[in-house]
Amino acid sequence: MSSAISVRQLTKTYEEGPAGTLALRGIDLDVSAGELLMLMGPSGSGKTTLLSIMGCILTATSGSVQVAGKEIVGLREKDLPAIRLEHIGFVFQGFNLFPTLTAGENVELMLDLKGISGAKAKKRALELLEQVGLGGKYGSFPADMSGGQKQRVAIARALAGEPAIILADEPTAALDSHTGRTVMEMMSELAHTRGRAVVIVTHDSRVVSFADRIVRIEDGMIATSVASETVPAGLLAKTQPQAAMSLV
Amino acid sequence: MPPLAQRNLFHDKVRLTVTLTGIVFSVVLIVVQLGLFIGFTTATSNLIDHSGADLWITSKNVPYVEQGVAFSERKLNQVRAVPGVIDAQKVIAHFTQWKRHDGGQESVQVVGINVDDRLERPWNVIEGRVEDLKSPDAVILDELYKQKLGVKRVGEVFEIGGYRARVVGFTRGIRSFTTSPYVFTSFKNAQDFAGLREDQTLFILVRVAPGADVERVRGALLAHVADVDVLTSAQFGRMTTFYWMFTTGAGVAVLIAAVLGLVVGFVVVAQTIYATTMDHIREYGTLKAMGAPNGYIYKVIMKQAAISAVIGYVLGMFVSVFVVHGSQKGGAAILMPTPMAVGMFFLTLLMCVGAALVSVNKVTRIDPAMVFKG
Repeated sequence: MSSAISVRQLTKTYEEGPAGTLALRGIDLDVSAGELLMLMGPSGSGKTTLLSIMGCILTATSGSVQVAGKEIVGLREKDLPAIRLEHIGFVFQGFNLFPTLTAGENVELMLDLKGISGAKAKKRALELLEQVGLGGKYGSFPADMSGGQKQRVAIARALAGEPAIILADEPTAALDSHTGRTVMEMMSELAHTRGRAVVIVTHDSRVVSFADRIVRIEDGMIATSVASETVPAGLLAKTQPQAAMSLV
Repeated sequence: MPPLAQRNLFHDKVRLTVTLTGIVFSVVLIVVQLGLFIGFTTATSNLIDHSGADLWITSKNVPYVEQGVAFSERKLNQVRAVPGVIDAQKVIAHFTQWKRHDGGQESVQVVGINVDDRLERPWNVIEGRVEDLKSPDAVILDELYKQKLGVKRVGEVFEIGGYRARVVGFTRGIRSFTTSPYVFTSFKNAQDFAGLREDQTLFILVRVAPGADVERVRGALLAHVADVDVLTSAQFGRMTTFYWMFTTGAGVAVLIAAVLGLVVGFVVVAQTIYATTMDHIREYGTLKAMGAPNGYIYKVIMKQAAISAVIGYVLGMFVSVFVVHGSQKGGAAILMPTPMAVGMFFLTLLMCVGAALVSVNKVTRIDPAMVFKG
């Protein structure tokens, strides 16, 4: 499998205080297309910082990060949105839907950014909502939806950009176990059936069984990187992922 | 583009109310302060602006219209003899005392004119006729000052400068910048009321012949008439306005209030628009994460500010029109000429967009941790 994301000797220092804070220290990591990788570790270990840099939201202090074959370290800040738009879809813990827009309009917003608008955007948004099992929710506002439904809208929105890479930050943290499992099944489907590179930051040990690989970060460094079949039994959930619905 | 700006604005009714209240408050505040400034400025040169004269002839070094110094009315013939002068009339504008029925005294400014001529006639006459001033002791004053002068109706008799004065009519909206109302009367009466000798006048007003060059006629008058200043109406108006607005403290205070109105208005609008943008900062962060270029986000914020500006302007002007209308019956007129009303629209738009720019600056520096925080 080809590398969707390739990270080499990545460091990140936050310039706060006289000495600064070293958040990442020499990270090496590859994420392949079709792989579902989970980043785990204690709070403050640098998971979200790494995710932010891979998502072209934060800039690295040194090292190399290639996204879809393009080196992003050293790029000007104004060049990063175009890379995010082209290659990356985000799924957030708090869903980050626009509360004043309907589910359909939330998806259309992403399509609008990609240059698709009007009837074509509406048709595509309906298709995407259908794919995540929310075909009848085009006109519903986020406030009228459950957490699981909101996260599925967020996934539909991320997919609207046709990204090669999906970055998710604690996507199941705000969901009950059943809904969380449904969301993870979708993520798994995206990686394994649709060939997306999926990176998930999580503390949720219930979902580790969906991972192809688990990377544990501590103090800004990779402590362990193991394939899911070699993950200690205690970390694994009871079941293997099963796609509940087709995203194709 | 999905209607994000509109929805953000109209979704939270309380926030919308707060935002619009801020803008309306600012619009009304600025209209009132600027309108007062324009009202005062206009009032200072009211007599000159409505005189119908091209040139004012005064004694030497008269700084403003209320400070006229008497000179011989025989100069009128010299003035009339100058080529290019089509009309010249003696005019008096002078402070004196008005005695009310209750014995109280009020300062007034008598304006003595040639009733048969078109120069310096009272305008906006709503009761009586200017020609009524031909009758002995007749005066016309503005309805605004009825109460101040103790006047109830036409026909009442009072005393001005110790002479009998009979009210024959009323005007509307002829304000004096000072606390002394204008009282229009015939030139002869004014001489008596002001205590001038029969051969004295304070001003000679000149109309130049159609097609004649005003500056050339002015030069000829200066050459032919000794010991006088000859000023165009515009010059004399500016001098009078400058005196009242900038030499006395009153005008400067109004000007400072107008500037403060602008500043406070801008600050209020900036604060409310900034708060509105900050309410949605997380959403803008999400947009950035999704790959929206800054320009896309600016467009949403600016659209929101522009919609707020338009609605705030309409509501603000609605309130302002009432305030302006109400002020016409009060002591201080708030004027809102059309160019000012149009200018207010662009000023409101500028204030809202300018305020939004402050928050745009914040949006460009969104902390990514905000986007990822649950």
